[in-house]
Amino acid sequence: MPQSAERVLDHATLFREPEYREMLARKRDTMECPASTEAVAAQSDHTKTWAYREKNLAREAVSINPAKACQPLGAVFAAAGFEKTMSFVHGSQGCVAYYRSHLSRHFKEPASAVSSSMTEDAAVFGGLNNMIDGLANTYALYGPKMIAVSTTCMAEVIGDDLQSFIENARAKGSIPQEFDVPYAHTPAFVGSHVDGYDVMIKGVLEHFWDGQERSPNDKINIVPGFDGFCVGNNRELKRILDLMGVSYTLIQDASDQFDTPSDGSFRMYAGGTTLADTAAALNAKATVSLQHWCTRKTLDYAAEKGQETASFHYPLGVGATDELVMKIAALAGVDIPAALDLERGRLVDAIADSQAYLHGKTYAIYGDPDFVHAMARFVMETGGEPTHCLATNGTKAWEEEMQALLSSSPFGKGAKVWAGKDLWHLRSLLFTEPVDLLVGNSYGKYVSRDTGTPLIRLTFPIFDRHHHHRFPLIGYQGGLNLLRTVLDVIFDKLDRDGDVAGETDISFDLTR
Amino acid sequence: MALRQIAFYGKGGIGKSTTSQNTLAALVEMGQRILIVGCDPKADSTRLILNTKMQDTVLSRAAEAGSVEDLELEDVLKIGYKGIKCTESGGPEPGVGCAGRGVITAINFLEENGAYDDVDYVSYDVLGDVVCGGFAMPIRENKAQEIYIVMSGEMMALYAANNISKGILKYAHSGGVRLGGLICNERQTDREIDLSEALAKKLNTKLIHFVPRDNIVQHAELRRQTVIQYAPDSKQAEEYRTLAKKIHENSGQGTIPTPVSMDELEQMLLDFGIMKTEEQQLAELQAKEAARAAAAAV
Repeated sequence: MPQSAERVLDHATLFREPEYREMLARKRDTMECPASTEAVAAQSDHTKTWAYREKNLAREAVSINPAKACQPLGAVFAAAGFEKTMSFVHGSQGCVAYYRSHLSRHFKEPASAVSSSMTEDAAVFGGLNNMIDGLANTYALYGPKMIAVSTTCMAEVIGDDLQSFIENARAKGSIPQEFDVPYAHTPAFVGSHVDGYDVMIKGVLEHFWDGQERSPNDKINIVPGFDGFCVGNNRELKRILDLMGVSYTLIQDASDQFDTPSDGSFRMYAGGTTLADTAAALNAKATVSLQHWCTRKTLDYAAEKGQETASFHYPLGVGATDELVMKIAALAGVDIPAALDLERGRLVDAIADSQAYLHGKTYAIYGDPDFVHAMARFVMETGGEPTHCLATNGTKAWEEEMQALLSSSPFGKGAKVWAGKDLWHLRSLLFTEPVDLLVGNSYGKYVSRDTGTPLIRLTFPIFDRHHHHRFPLIGYQGGLNLLRTVLDVIFDKLDRDGDVAGETDISFDLTR
Repeated sequence: MALRQIAFYGKGGIGKSTTSQNTLAALVEMGQRILIVGCDPKADSTRLILNTKMQDTVLSRAAEAGSVEDLELEDVLKIGYKGIKCTESGGPEPGVGCAGRGVITAINFLEENGAYDDVDYVSYDVLGDVVCGGFAMPIRENKAQEIYIVMSGEMMALYAANNISKGILKYAHSGGVRLGGLICNERQTDREIDLSEALAKKLNTKLIHFVPRDNIVQHAELRRQTVIQYAPDSKQAEEYRTLAKKIHENSGQGTIPTPVSMDELEQMLLDFGIMKTEEQQLAELQAKEAARAAAAAV
């Protein structure tokens, strides 16, 4: 027996015991009709060739490990950033379990969302009754201040109309007449979570702003965009804005919702933009988005209402943070405080300190369009080369913008942009044009293992490392954390590659 | 003038597309800037305006491009008679896929890509019955304000008109959509005007116009033209101009429909002699069989 009550083995090592190895081999040989080891090895080698890469890139009919999620996930995340708001997803139940588990696995926090649980009869007759009962139950059971409705594929295919359904439910008394129920249609078969985020924010703003008179003031709205690092980033953002003395409203702030303390009381809702602030945000002078590709429709809407708008690409590093800080200072009519100058100087100094290890490093970067843009820019700032930039949910317009960014620096020369490609494409790219480092999320660990490219986990979702999202990446202080995360991987690899005593350890140095 | 959105519904084959295109051709003569959104996989809502069948439907081009996100408005918007902008949703082959979702996708695409900018009228031409949520897309909030039902004195057309009213009613209480009125396309059935007016009354609406039957419509159609274009001075062209004027002046006059039960509708048809009672039908059938038996005996 490999284990007993006295000797309990972790599953990581348990299945390496001879009994299990033997059993698994037997199962493979008798049940799985395995190909010969040679055939498997030959096929595996073939996937590393240029010939396979060409075939892989010409692939049309299938996506393998696309680096994106669906619209409702973005909508559920967006809704979590408002005061006491429950996400209500109209459609099938399993979908909602996915959004909840996806967010929970990343944030290591509970993620609440309800489903209207449509079944066969609702698919035939329409989901109006599910909406009526669902809203009534949600209101009675979970005591929200607002219910944000989005949809799964099922409701979208049969053409359920949220506006009329919600009004009908209101008329039937499911929810009080004045209760806030913003909504957004989020068909999962179009776009990605960044679009779902966009339409949900727009839906919330429309709910509070439409039909209201705007009397402009000097405040600034800031929409952070879909961000797995919102816990660290939003707090850092608020610190910077307070330091600058800017009068602002953060529209959609999930930093407290996804970071509740263990103090004996469960909080179904925590923090978030208050509904009063959201309504008053109509009067703001400007709306600034930290992630352009997450807020295209939202910004159009804000502009329609007469606000100035500006957008950024997830400001990472020195240059991008400079632009953000200067834009906000200009909009708010404030000076940039000396404390921020100091922080900036410290980040520049830190990058310079590590220059010998950063210069010339090559990277493959994948993730959401704004993140890839930001990371490529930061990499070039440190003298690295963003050789492969991939976003499954990147559009043609994104591709053009990336090309412009890359051609703005000598470090972008020869770098390639891969819009709409997936992680199986990336695998081919890394075998044929290898790089030093891979930047992405937890899903990159398989490509990383196969190709031997160290993975730096810097974007959503991070399931297999804990608490990264609690530390900021944006701004100058965030830049230090970002820099340290990258350098740790670089140094670990340097040590690992030269750690055989007497053989490869000539530069196994104490000081780097 | 604020954007006015109207939609034409009605039983399949009743002449919706013909009526709507002739009416819109008359409206454009009145100086209105028009966008047609064809919501029918057959894509024949713009044929008479374009003088050719539209090939580049939103969904066919989206399928070619890989996704609707890769589509440009210019790919699917064609200019027809006197500057009328024409688009067709297109959709799947009969028997596969989901045409209703196609309508939703196409309308969203057109709206988001600026097709609705710089027009006075958006007109939706929607296939047959409102069979699923997708075909109700044009009557959602902030879409068509008035629905015009094309019908005739035939029984099935009256059923369809009543059913479409049910669809409108579903959305009327939660939004602004209203029934603009009935347009009767003459089929020369008995007491057609009276019947249409009676139905209009029951549905809490009005008979906007009675379009008389005229072969010139077929002549024009064979040439892929509206009567307005083919025979601008004809009597029929004048009829469509009258209809266009009535629709134009009907802005904001729509009502919340009061669809009737099947029994009530059938009673009305009985009263008008359009439908016979079961006893009458049985008696006729028996008489027919007796006559046949008598003939065989000889």
